[in-house]
Amino acid sequence: MDLNQLTIAEALEGLRGKKFSSVDIAKACLEQIRKHNEDINAFITVDEKGALEQAESADKQRANGEELPFLGIPIALKDIFLTKGLKTTAASKVLENYIPQYDATVVAKLKDAGAIIIGKINCDAWAHGSSGENSDFGPTKNPWSKEHVPGGSSSGSAAALAADMCLASTGTDTGGSIRLPASFNNLVGLKPTYGRVSRYGIIAMASSLDSIGHFTKTVEDSALLLSVTAGSDPHDATTPDKTVSNYSKIENGVKGLKIGVPKEYFASGLDSEIKEKTEAVIKKLEELGAEVVDISLPNTQYAIAAYYIIMSSEVSSNLARYDGIRFGNDRSFFGDEAKRRIMFGTFTLSAGYYDAYYKKAMQVRTLIKQDFEKAFEKVDAIISPVSPTAPWKLGEKVNDPLKMYLSDIFTVTANLAGIPSLAVPAGFSNGLPIGIQIMGTQFSEEKLFQVGYAFEQATEYYKHTPKL
Amino acid sequence: MKYAPIIGLEVHVELRTKSKMFCGCSADYFGKEPNTHVCPVCLGLPGALPAPNKTAIEWCIKIGLALNCDIPPFSKFDRKNYFYPDLPKGYQISQYDKPFCVNGSIRLSNGKMVGIRRVHMEEDTAKLIHQSQIPNLKSQISKSEKYSLIDFNRSGVPLVEIVTEPDFETAKEVVEYLKKLQQIVRYLEVSNADMEKGDMRLEPNISLREMNTTSKQTLPIPNDQLPNYKVEVKNINSFSFVERAINFEINRQTELLNKGEMPVQETRGWDDRKRKTISQRTKEEAHDYRYFPEPDIPPLAFNKSQISNLKSQIGELPEKKLERFQTEYKLSFYDSEILTREKALADYFEEVARVGNEHGINPKQIANLIINKKVDIETILPAKLVEMVLKLGKTEEVGAADLNKTLMEVFSENKKAVEEYKNGKEQALQFLIGQVVRKIGEKVDHNLVKNAILDRLK
Amino acid sequence: MKINVSHVAKLANLTLSAAEEKKFEEQLSDILSYIEKLNEVDTKNVEPTSQVTGLENVTREDIVKDCELAQEEALSNSKSTQNGLFKVKAILDSK
Repeated sequence: MDLNQLTIAEALEGLRGKKFSSVDIAKACLEQIRKHNEDINAFITVDEKGALEQAESADKQRANGEELPFLGIPIALKDIFLTKGLKTTAASKVLENYIPQYDATVVAKLKDAGAIIIGKINCDAWAHGSSGENSDFGPTKNPWSKEHVPGGSSSGSAAALAADMCLASTGTDTGGSIRLPASFNNLVGLKPTYGRVSRYGIIAMASSLDSIGHFTKTVEDSALLLSVTAGSDPHDATTPDKTVSNYSKIENGVKGLKIGVPKEYFASGLDSEIKEKTEAVIKKLEELGAEVVDISLPNTQYAIAAYYIIMSSEVSSNLARYDGIRFGNDRSFFGDEAKRRIMFGTFTLSAGYYDAYYKKAMQVRTLIKQDFEKAFEKVDAIISPVSPTAPWKLGEKVNDPLKMYLSDIFTVTANLAGIPSLAVPAGFSNGLPIGIQIMGTQFSEEKLFQVGYAFEQATEYYKHTPKL
Repeated sequence: MKYAPIIGLEVHVELRTKSKMFCGCSADYFGKEPNTHVCPVCLGLPGALPAPNKTAIEWCIKIGLALNCDIPPFSKFDRKNYFYPDLPKGYQISQYDKPFCVNGSIRLSNGKMVGIRRVHMEEDTAKLIHQSQIPNLKSQISKSEKYSLIDFNRSGVPLVEIVTEPDFETAKEVVEYLKKLQQIVRYLEVSNADMEKGDMRLEPNISLREMNTTSKQTLPIPNDQLPNYKVEVKNINSFSFVERAINFEINRQTELLNKGEMPVQETRGWDDRKRKTISQRTKEEAHDYRYFPEPDIPPLAFNKSQISNLKSQIGELPEKKLERFQTEYKLSFYDSEILTREKALADYFEEVARVGNEHGINPKQIANLIINKKVDIETILPAKLVEMVLKLGKTEEVGAADLNKTLMEVFSENKKAVEEYKNGKEQALQFLIGQVVRKIGEKVDHNLVKNAILDRLK
Repeated sequence: MKINVSHVAKLANLTLSAAEEKKFEEQLSDILSYIEKLNEVDTKNVEPTSQVTGLENVTREDIVKDCELAQEEALSNSKSTQNGLFKVKAILDSK
């Protein structure tokens, strides 16, 4: 196996055992990027020089006996994470030349943990999208099938990892933007509890919905990464002061756990293949000792409408600072999707419409949150499909914004409720990956890892790799 | 047709906290090199998030308490969205429907109770320097090259906004309110409230209503009697501007109404050189601020003990102190008012009075000395001042014979004055006292001399 | 119902061509029609949620932090500066 195909856990073991160096791993990743990025278009900026310098430094530190949790591991960052001195574009022409003056908190944490920042990754511009096709720097292709979308908005983060260009990648999930691309790329994608990971220094999309998470090949890697990024931050007033577990109890299995299956998520419109695959997952979990319970989340059908209003309203305000005066280009450089969301959000907040739209949406949000609270009185975790369909073809939904929005139908609920969700691989449909998500109460990531790990080990989908 | 002015006031007070409202940059921006007190937050860089200043919030509540406001148990910040180059985020974090303080009041000397509608927190904008303000700029620059410069040092400094009900009727009332407010805020030591430096800014809104025969206005004015327009006036940078601007505006509106025209609802700027308000009407429609709750800042909740704790930290306010100086030290209103104008002076006086009391010195003497001699309270310690008073003030005994002898001398040397006094000229008495004191020496008790003279001349 | 795109664009500080206005009007109206779904929900007496964390009173002490950005850093990404200040076309309108 090539070094760039290792999991984080395997790489750390090998580094500790002096089987190879950080420079070796970094070089392997860079080689892979050189070979395939033009095709896949996962990276916007590759920091070859910086990565090798960091790798050399990591090797020195390791030789000196320093043990940092991520020492020498190459990681790629969604291009909305600010990196000091390294261009950050949000995949938009507005910021095509922006060199940030500071690091995001999460970036600083990763650096402090010894990670190698290998480059900045493509995504839907401003994180607006579900397919990766809204990038101003060209769409990213799905490494499993280059005619298909990798999912979005963290499109490049998923594609880069699936294509072994790095050992992990970061992303953000506001309405499914980690879970969807994770599912479309046979990866583990974590959307943590809102506020579990600091948003400081990450270009804001929708402030009350943005969750900062990551992509890994395995559940174990995901837990490792969360133990580094999680924690309260004095710069971010929405990060509660909750202790960060080291997330090591993931091998406890699912025996005795009650897992809920929301009946509304199986309503018509669900692709029959997806339905089948999800039912297989449920069966597997039962085999592993879990008790599967039918539950109801009655306000599910209103989630997208509520999400769209709240998200656009916050987007319209968060993108107001991009006026070209202190940084970036002026507002004429915004792409269509950004303009749409800004205008829609401006409308829903405007005089005379606030009560009917924004306030109403916030009330529906309360109802959705309560749906989950009631359900979690009966179950420990909730399982559902991530996407109503398998990955669609590039160009298929681009001209129908509403159709594109409806692909988020299963994922927006977790963001509205502020709860965590872990997406794990669940098989393939015509060679294209399919995933499922495991949702839990706020700060129950450990339990999600538990369920995910048990399922992962029983199915070993992560062992499959795309043919590039 | 007679018109009665209806004036409401919006005052912004800049707090003198050490750091800014939502970030740890220094809030002491005046006179500093441009764009040197900035960070990602107050510069509005991508990804930056606000972290509220606890002291600023406490000081805002103190101002509200000093103005007799209620402090609701629950409050939050909201975003006020609009575009302007001095507003880096494209929105200002302010408070909309749940401000920190509501329903206060303040009494004016004419007995009127002015209602304080609300006191809330927000952040200041950056400073815009227009090309016309830059010295030695050549006028050769064509119109197309006109520009403005922005300094973000001030961006994010805490501002407290105090809004009154439209209870004022005259410019004089407004000036009195402003002076009282300035004094309170300085007493609380939360702001320098210096209009010239920009840490107290004011925007009156002025309209006129038709008056019926009765001239007394009863507050609050019922809604159906409020005029359906109001004019906001900006750019009033000193107390003198206040009276001029308000009176100008009242006259301007009166003229329009007399012509049968309705004044336009708009914002006008005071031009002190031209001594008039000038329309600042923009081509755009009125702002739609699209307020919504600030998602980046959790709400704030106060319990009764927190509020009473803050209240207890306030200390004696100017009005109470002024009353107390009159009753406790038996000083005149005039003297008390001067001594209590600034807290530092009042405290100094009381310290001197306390020490002086141990030496049997009358507080009135101390008051006189401080007021008339313009004592430098920064350099002269209270104990030192007491010493000085003791040196001057202790009246020396003078023997009755000596006094008599001096009186005879003075009477014979000043026969004219004696005549004038006998003819009813009071001033002559003062003159004679002065002559006696000069001969004997300052330390004699003037009252004693006065009585002796009166006695003699009976 | 239709959104007044020209008015909203102005509020949002966006300049649109006539063709863009037309295109967006259609697309936004589609989205708006979908959103109307929310009218089916009975939200009487339901408190709006604007904060999912349940946090309250998150504040920081009034302490000055070391200078975070030097002047050059602050100005580093601007296309137009002068003597340490950001430079923009003259502001003719007032706030």
